[in-house]
Amino acid sequence: MSDAYLLSDELKKEIDHWVAKFPIDRKLSAVIPAMNMVQDLEQHVSEPMMDAIADYLGVPRIAVYEVGTFYTMYDLKPRGKHRIDVCTNVSCMLRGSDEIMGHLKNRLGVDVGETSKDDMFALRSVECLGSCGTAPMMQIGKDYHENLTPKKVDEILDKLKGEA
Amino acid sequence: MKLNQVCFRSLEFDDPASLKTYEEKVGGYKVWRKILKEKPSPEDLIEELKKSVLRGRGGAGFPTGLKWSFMPRHLDGPKYVVCNSDESEPGTFKDRDIMRYNPHQMIEGMAIASYILGATTGYNYTRGEYWEPFQACEKAVAEARAAGLLGSNILGSGVDFELHNMIGAGAYICGEETALLESLEGKKGFPRFKPPFPANFGLYGRPTIINNTESFASVPVILEKGADWFLNVGTERSGGTKIFSVSGHVNKPGNYEVPMGTPFKDLLELAGGMLDGRKLKAVIPGGSSVPVVPADIMMETNMDYESIGKAGSMLGAGSVIVMDETTDMVKILARISEFYDEESCGQCTPCREGTGWLSRTVHKVLHGQGTPADLDLLQDVSNNMMGRTICALADAAAMPVLSFIKHFRSEFDALVKK
Repeated sequence: MSDAYLLSDELKKEIDHWVAKFPIDRKLSAVIPAMNMVQDLEQHVSEPMMDAIADYLGVPRIAVYEVGTFYTMYDLKPRGKHRIDVCTNVSCMLRGSDEIMGHLKNRLGVDVGETSKDDMFALRSVECLGSCGTAPMMQIGKDYHENLTPKKVDEILDKLKGEA
Repeated sequence: MKLNQVCFRSLEFDDPASLKTYEEKVGGYKVWRKILKEKPSPEDLIEELKKSVLRGRGGAGFPTGLKWSFMPRHLDGPKYVVCNSDESEPGTFKDRDIMRYNPHQMIEGMAIASYILGATTGYNYTRGEYWEPFQACEKAVAEARAAGLLGSNILGSGVDFELHNMIGAGAYICGEETALLESLEGKKGFPRFKPPFPANFGLYGRPTIINNTESFASVPVILEKGADWFLNVGTERSGGTKIFSVSGHVNKPGNYEVPMGTPFKDLLELAGGMLDGRKLKAVIPGGSSVPVVPADIMMETNMDYESIGKAGSMLGAGSVIVMDETTDMVKILARISEFYDEESCGQCTPCREGTGWLSRTVHKVLHGQGTPADLDLLQDVSNNMMGRTICALADAAAMPVLSFIKHFRSEFDALVKK
């Protein structure tokens, strides 16, 4: 039985847009963009949604699980509204990412890999995001936040809380 | 010294990423239009690229013209041009700026490549985190398509080339070209065993040319100004300019496009000199995968493939990480080793297991729990990883370990229990 009905019509249209970029018999190529869109919409990609993507594209479900478990941008379980990805690789480290991470841990009352009690923020340490010239930096959702200071971090978090 | 002569030539103008700026201010798409009109022999264009000594800007430094000459152009059926914009090497942030500020030049380079190689479809694969550059490329491709510069029967020439942007989902290994092709096929990024190389067996098993963003973006300028011009800007064996991404302990971190062969000390000065006037301790000249170079050697070195090779390291992607005298080298190595442990795809045993051993052992030393035997172990594990895997990630993990211990042995010795 197909679980493709779990995908909204809008999402199916978006997936079709990606499918059209690839040869007709290569629908698997659209799995990553499809997964990205679900991750954006729901802040994670659940197993039923992976099944839905597989069924919609007509590819084996295991192929979608492989993608889901391999790439670091997917959360396979819910993890709070905003994921804060702090780069802690060398260039950021030389410019004070330890201080930024320490500040975030204190403010959110969580350790790396945890989610704040109000389910608003999940904190992660990530590898180089290619923003070393404006280090230290972090990514929240699709946005890069660069040249960070603890004060700037507070302003960004306050703004996100205000939007809730 | 003249800056921004090739890939960043649109930077001095307003709205540098727009088609209008690219066409009207820097003379972009001139080469593409000329090719469509005059239909020059692809062999001649490849010869010109060979003569320019453009070497792959993604890190390996393989001559682009030579790479393109391997493509079986006359084979029937689909052939592909793929741009590797997966930029993930720690310390590298140049392709991000090419895509944000001069995406049309990358597009023109890919279009020219498609003509030379007889491909009609291209993909530009950006790393998953690069949403902003991806959007900039989407906008640029739409502009180029609307202007009739991409699509079918381009400007009535009978030449077809459709270009699509694709986005990944977070994996360093996808910067390895065959892993990128796997990812583009919708799979996990496991590098493929080579040969066959992508030129013969690439995307969907079809002939494919895959090059870095900066390499593609260099092509239109080479063909416009000529191979001799490009070669003369750089050095005899490293043609042209190179974007160096300078990060770490400098006053003005950022991207600097300078002629190949520029002395490191001039590059350092461009980047505003050392932060807070402190003393230089060491430099990683090509991204975290290449050997570290101590200050005294680096200050005497020029920024080109041969000179950096002589200094015991590699130019890589031109990712220059500058470290001052306050830097704890063991801590830096621990972070680098952690990175490769995290990013090893797990396909080959020496890498999957070796990167873990390296990271755990360096951390053990960092935390004062190590013994002199651990330093031997680090070197032993490194030597047993290198050259024993499908791709170069194992070598990339081993080279920092060997070079950090070689050049900064006393810092490691001071931490291990006798």
